[in-house]
Amino acid sequence: MESLVGTWRLIRFNLRRDRIRLAVWIVLLVLVPVATANAIATLYPDEAARQQLATTVNANPAFLALLGPVYDTSVGGLTAWRIGTIVAFLIGLMAILSVVRHTRDEEETGRQELLAATVLGRHAPLTAALAISIGAGLVIAVLLTAGLVSQGLPLAGSAAYGFGLAAVAATFAGFGAVAAQLTQNASSARSIGVAIVGLSFLLRLAGDAGESNGISWLSWLSPIGWFTQLRPFAGEEWWIFLLWLGLTAILAATAFAISARRDVGAGAFPPRPGPAFAARSLSSAFGLSWRLQRGALLGWLIGLAVLGVVYGAVGDSIGDLLEDTPQIAQIFEQLGGVQGITDVFFSTVVGILALIASAYGIRSVLKLRVEEEASRAEPVLATATRRQPWAASHLIYGLLGPALILLIAGAVAGATYGAIIGDVANQTGRVLEAAAVQLPAVWVLSGAAMALFGLLPEYTGLSWGLLVACLVFGQLGRILQFPQWLLDISPFTHIPLVPAEDLRILPLAILTTIALVLVVAGLAGFRRRDLQTP
Amino acid sequence: MPAAIEIKDMVKTFGPTRALDGLDLEVATGEVHGFLGPNGAGKTTAIRILLGLLRQDSGTAVMLGGNPWTDITELHRRLAYVPGDVMLWPNLSGGEVIDLLGRLRGGLDQKKRARLLERFDLDPTKKGRTYSKGNRQKVALVAALASDVELLILDEPTAGLDPLMEAQFREEIHEVRGQGRTVLLASHILAEVEALCDRVSIVRKGRIVESGTLAELRHLTRTTVSAEVAGDPSMMRDVPGVHAVRVQDHTVELEVDPAHLSEVLQSLAPLGVHSLVSHPPTLEELFIRHYQDGATG
Repeated sequence: MESLVGTWRLIRFNLRRDRIRLAVWIVLLVLVPVATANAIATLYPDEAARQQLATTVNANPAFLALLGPVYDTSVGGLTAWRIGTIVAFLIGLMAILSVVRHTRDEEETGRQELLAATVLGRHAPLTAALAISIGAGLVIAVLLTAGLVSQGLPLAGSAAYGFGLAAVAATFAGFGAVAAQLTQNASSARSIGVAIVGLSFLLRLAGDAGESNGISWLSWLSPIGWFTQLRPFAGEEWWIFLLWLGLTAILAATAFAISARRDVGAGAFPPRPGPAFAARSLSSAFGLSWRLQRGALLGWLIGLAVLGVVYGAVGDSIGDLLEDTPQIAQIFEQLGGVQGITDVFFSTVVGILALIASAYGIRSVLKLRVEEEASRAEPVLATATRRQPWAASHLIYGLLGPALILLIAGAVAGATYGAIIGDVANQTGRVLEAAAVQLPAVWVLSGAAMALFGLLPEYTGLSWGLLVACLVFGQLGRILQFPQWLLDISPFTHIPLVPAEDLRILPLAILTTIALVLVVAGLAGFRRRDLQTP
Repeated sequence: MPAAIEIKDMVKTFGPTRALDGLDLEVATGEVHGFLGPNGAGKTTAIRILLGLLRQDSGTAVMLGGNPWTDITELHRRLAYVPGDVMLWPNLSGGEVIDLLGRLRGGLDQKKRARLLERFDLDPTKKGRTYSKGNRQKVALVAALASDVELLILDEPTAGLDPLMEAQFREEIHEVRGQGRTVLLASHILAEVEALCDRVSIVRKGRIVESGTLAELRHLTRTTVSAEVAGDPSMMRDVPGVHAVRVQDHTVELEVDPAHLSEVLQSLAPLGVHSLVSHPPTLEELFIRHYQDGATG
């Protein structure tokens, strides 16, 4: 195995580089499910309450679309339902990003050349990258199994839940390994990887929601869907592990085969020549930022529009539920009729869309930091371009970009729902309004990223921590019964749940003001500070 | 004529590191000024302050009559900069980067651009990520030299170029000087500075240790003389003004202060000179004198 010489040393070296990053992922992915199991045991102590919850969820494609089906009404079954596919999504993201980071990133920056010239086997970097992702998955699996058992859940279900997630991690590590072979630059490989995780999630969502339309096979195409099919705590289908293992083996073999045939630094596709002269549009900082940002903007726009279509399509099923079960219909009638429950659904949906749009906003603002650290800001700022316009040229993507993405996704969801129920004009407007109301909270996160960039540039990574906090608070804050002051940290807590609730302007105005102050502080800080170029 | 660049008593610290420690630098308008020093001496820091990318802790800098920190737009229209480590956008072609940087500076001369691309043998259609270090440097050089600016600031511009391209670069700089433009050339390549520069400032640990024309600097150092003679050259040790005398049989090698050169020749002549080689100090020697730790400027 000469091609693997040095793998073990490389693993240790990369673990050292990633010690904080990996620790954060592991703690997050272990603590959240264990805390959820604990909360569900407290909130739904008796079987009858859990039964009622399961009936409501399973009868309704809109609920199925959000979280998948409930297979078992035990505490474990509800835990696996409430915090199953979202954790599978996150662990897949972790695995894919980690593999790209340790393979294509290293090649693109040329650091791998430094290592490749030492005693290091040809396949060592890829093997080490896969080993770290899979190893991290296994550590999470062991800790999760122990954690869930400590909450009094059965061992078999706990192990299926934990090791199922590890299998998801291994599969997406395989996808990451292939993506890293195809493209020459790491950011494209990352985009492909994130698109694969997103698509898997979407297939799961559409399959679960389309149970009655006969498209439930869609979720069988998704490694995240397999996690639902594994049925932890609900008569585990252990053979599902064969699917993950098989796919992982195929993906890894493909990656190694491509890697063995290509040169270090090269991709599967030869680079195409570009234009010898710049287009007229490439004449200013804004022209440059458009070139650098347009691909990502388009990708996110398409991704969220597709998500909007899917959510819009399942929105109609709320009405079916009420017709099928008169008792429940009666309850909802008191809550405000069909429109009431549909409104609750869509205000939940725009909340999810807003979190995704926030991720785009943060990423776009932090492009400033990427450019600065890669020494590409320096030559631009050495021309007649002042700092503020340069910062603004990327900042607009962090502020207007998520607005565009969110509004289009909201409008598409509303229009899809409207087309099904035959009321496009009204429904488009309603969901669009619900999406627009989320914007001030999205801007607060972009503003926080900008403030960090201007004032504490070494800590811009904290913006992602803020987003994760908002995600955890929003998705689990109530079920985990966090104190209100903690929930209040998230700007999304203060957004009125339009259309289910009335529109209140004051919190929106306050959030917009906070966002504005953060942006201004960031711009002012950047104007005064040193440019940090290696 | 006022100086193009005037830095006085400039201090810049990064945490515990004192990158600039009372730096003084004067570059006259129309001259090619060598800014010479080893890695980490503070050359790049000083340049980044001149470009308004860093802010000094104390001291003053005047460039082209303006303040480098506040008068960004006005000053940067009149200068072009080539960084020491050129990084390009991976998905932009070299030609696009040249045009972009030129336009951001206020325009570039298309004829010059075409001539420079040919001179440096650079393919402008390749994407940024596919260029080698040397070719990335050429992209930045073409972008800078194709602009009609008063001041060129070049930070080790030839570090990645092969000797052929280095020669092309020197010719370009000669032309630039002929047009009366000012060049600040930071370098640790002595031959380059020797070949191109009117005046040189040598920086060490954030301070200028020597500044002047090459002739002035040479004045400070000793000429090296090596000779093969018929007689015994041991007596050369007693000649005034000589240093580091090494004698082996009939050959002698020594360094002599410029003032005592004729005494050395007079003492050698009676010994019966078979061969005589004498050379002025190279910048290499200047350099070594200044950068050996413990040496004084």
